[in-house]
Amino acid sequence: MNAVTRALRSEGGKGLIMVSPPLVYALLLLAAPLATIVLFSFWTQNFLDIDRTFTIANYAEALSDPLYRELMLRSLRISASVTAVTVILAFPVAYFISFHVAPERKSLWLFLITIPFWTSYLIRVFLWRVILAFDGPVNGSLMGLGIIDEPLTFILYNANAVIITLAHAFAPFAILPIFVSLEKIDRSLLEAARDLGESRTMTFLRVTLPLAMPGVLAAVLIVSIPTVGDYVTPRLVGGSGGTMIANMIYAQIFDLNDRPMGATLAVLAMAIVAMTLLWLIARIRFWLWLAEGRGVWIALAAGLAEILAIRAIFTLGPGILGTPGTVLGLLAIATLGSVLIFLRVPKGRAGI
Amino acid sequence: MRDTSDTGRPQAIVTLQDVEKYYGEYHALRGISAEIRQGEFFSLLGPSGCGKTTLLRAIAGFEDISSGTIRLDGRDMEGVAPNRRPTNLVFQSYAIFPHLTVSQNVGFGLRKAKMSPEDKRRAVGEALEMVGLGDFGARAAHALSGGQRQRVALARALILKPRVLLLDEPLSALDKKMRQVMQVELIKLQREVGITFILVTHDQEEALVMSDRIAVMFEGGIAQLDDPETLYRRPASRRVAEFIGMMNFLPAQVTGTGPERIEAEVAGLGRVTLDAGQCPGEARPGAAAVGLRPESLTILFDSGVAHDREVRGTVAEVTYYGDMTYYDIALDGAPDTVSVSARNMPGRRVLERGETTALAWDPRALSLFC
Repeated sequence: MNAVTRALRSEGGKGLIMVSPPLVYALLLLAAPLATIVLFSFWTQNFLDIDRTFTIANYAEALSDPLYRELMLRSLRISASVTAVTVILAFPVAYFISFHVAPERKSLWLFLITIPFWTSYLIRVFLWRVILAFDGPVNGSLMGLGIIDEPLTFILYNANAVIITLAHAFAPFAILPIFVSLEKIDRSLLEAARDLGESRTMTFLRVTLPLAMPGVLAAVLIVSIPTVGDYVTPRLVGGSGGTMIANMIYAQIFDLNDRPMGATLAVLAMAIVAMTLLWLIARIRFWLWLAEGRGVWIALAAGLAEILAIRAIFTLGPGILGTPGTVLGLLAIATLGSVLIFLRVPKGRAGI
Repeated sequence: MRDTSDTGRPQAIVTLQDVEKYYGEYHALRGISAEIRQGEFFSLLGPSGCGKTTLLRAIAGFEDISSGTIRLDGRDMEGVAPNRRPTNLVFQSYAIFPHLTVSQNVGFGLRKAKMSPEDKRRAVGEALEMVGLGDFGARAAHALSGGQRQRVALARALILKPRVLLLDEPLSALDKKMRQVMQVELIKLQREVGITFILVTHDQEEALVMSDRIAVMFEGGIAQLDDPETLYRRPASRRVAEFIGMMNFLPAQVTGTGPERIEAEVAGLGRVTLDAGQCPGEARPGAAAVGLRPESLTILFDSGVAHDREVRGTVAEVTYYGDMTYYDIALDGAPDTVSVSARNMPGRRVLERGETTALAWDPRALSLFC
């Protein structure tokens, strides 16, 4: 028996053999294309050919052009709004199923929630276009009821339409993790809180909500990450005001035939989403820690000060450092800060 | 409220009157009436499904009762939410908040208390000190052992100084050694704080060890409410006798009844005369059963001493416990074997299977169930 077969027969070797097909699959279909995109982002398009000399000119352009910056910020804004709307609406639904539906009916309810997935995503987006249209059922019924005199125009072909459509599409992704975390709460904890003198509302705030936080956080991540890069919804219902970064990436690659620029925007979008979420999680941990140790008001003040500082850097920075420098500087500060928080601040009670 | 102080007894803190509870068709509590006195250690004892936990939860306010009244401290608890009752409950699972530290758990109920933060901190420290967890305040609750959780749950409930502390099988999750330690600690704690404890348990030994009085429950009703000694020595029914401790039953024939004396012919023991008080309920002639505890039969290791009442039997099985040995002995003339316990004293040998031995018994230790 040689060394290779011996290694393959060991416990670890068997595991490796078992995971290798999906591993190869993942490498081929995930890592390889990703590497290609990163590679492309350092090249340039030279009419029909690709100029393969290494350059960071694309990054410099992507960071300084106000159009790209506006699209990226808008994508983050829309994604944040979608996440907020989805999670806030999903929580009561998950709560209702977990706490007020008879145990034998829960599966049925979860099954009903997945019904929207029975039709294609494209068709669902298209239906929202019909529903929100100038002469669609929303405007029709509101006018019929005499609530409005002329059709609402702020509900289609802008960012609002994108938010409404995405919030509907991602609702199950938010409901399920929150439901799971609510299901895991030992019901005797809620009775204990009541027994110790708390009302139903305070029991919810002091026990249910903190224990459901891991589910809420999972919902935030599951909804926010894919919505930043959504392409179909802004394309179909977004109009010009609802165009997002993915639409620009598409335009670069397929309409303007500038694959390196598209790749650069894709890499930047990925990095910015990763940093933003890292920053968000780190800050939540920091704020909770601060609130517990120093009081809620100190934590709120620190959070407010931080947001104001970021705004100030954003408005004043480009004049001093230039736009690329400002964006990179902010990213660097956020990343370093997050790493520092993860290393120094212990994991808080919300499991973050 | 019926004031009982004038009769010299301590005042009732919990008064249960004809408490009934239905779950749909299921009759969970059947006409429960009892008075639990100020400062006593009261146990609800019964097999699982007898309604003892339902009754406890009804007192705590987590179950509505179908009819009857529950009074706490003289106040009718009808429609009073659990957070507004002068009771605190120690849950079977302890229900320690996993997202809080030990101190935060213990101080959970103090949010609305009119105390300064320093006073609260001191109260939490004292409560932890009381249950022997002085240094554990900063620990995360999920890092505690079963016994420690139990103590945190106790401290968390006692810090609020409830009128009545309710304990739902608090020791059932602990191992035997820890259980015995906690039994003693709970008794001490109860004496120290002077709060009325109501304990739910299915463990008759635990109830006997800890309680001032015990209510034995079967199928939603109270079968007997007495102090541990009376419960053990004079069980009100054959069922209670079987549930509390070990009891042998010998078939008997009641031959004569009188206001003071009962005559019976007992298999294996012969003709006996019993006090009327040894028969709960009414004695009537005919078939009956006589109960006797394993320790009521004395194995005569030293056969030189003659006894008034002696029977002979053959050892069928020996179970050795170290301090005690339990023998299954087939008495001459009795259909089944009886269990007999003997303390293993120095110089006393353990009998072997198949040996015959003489046993002495005392008629005062018998109970007659008609």
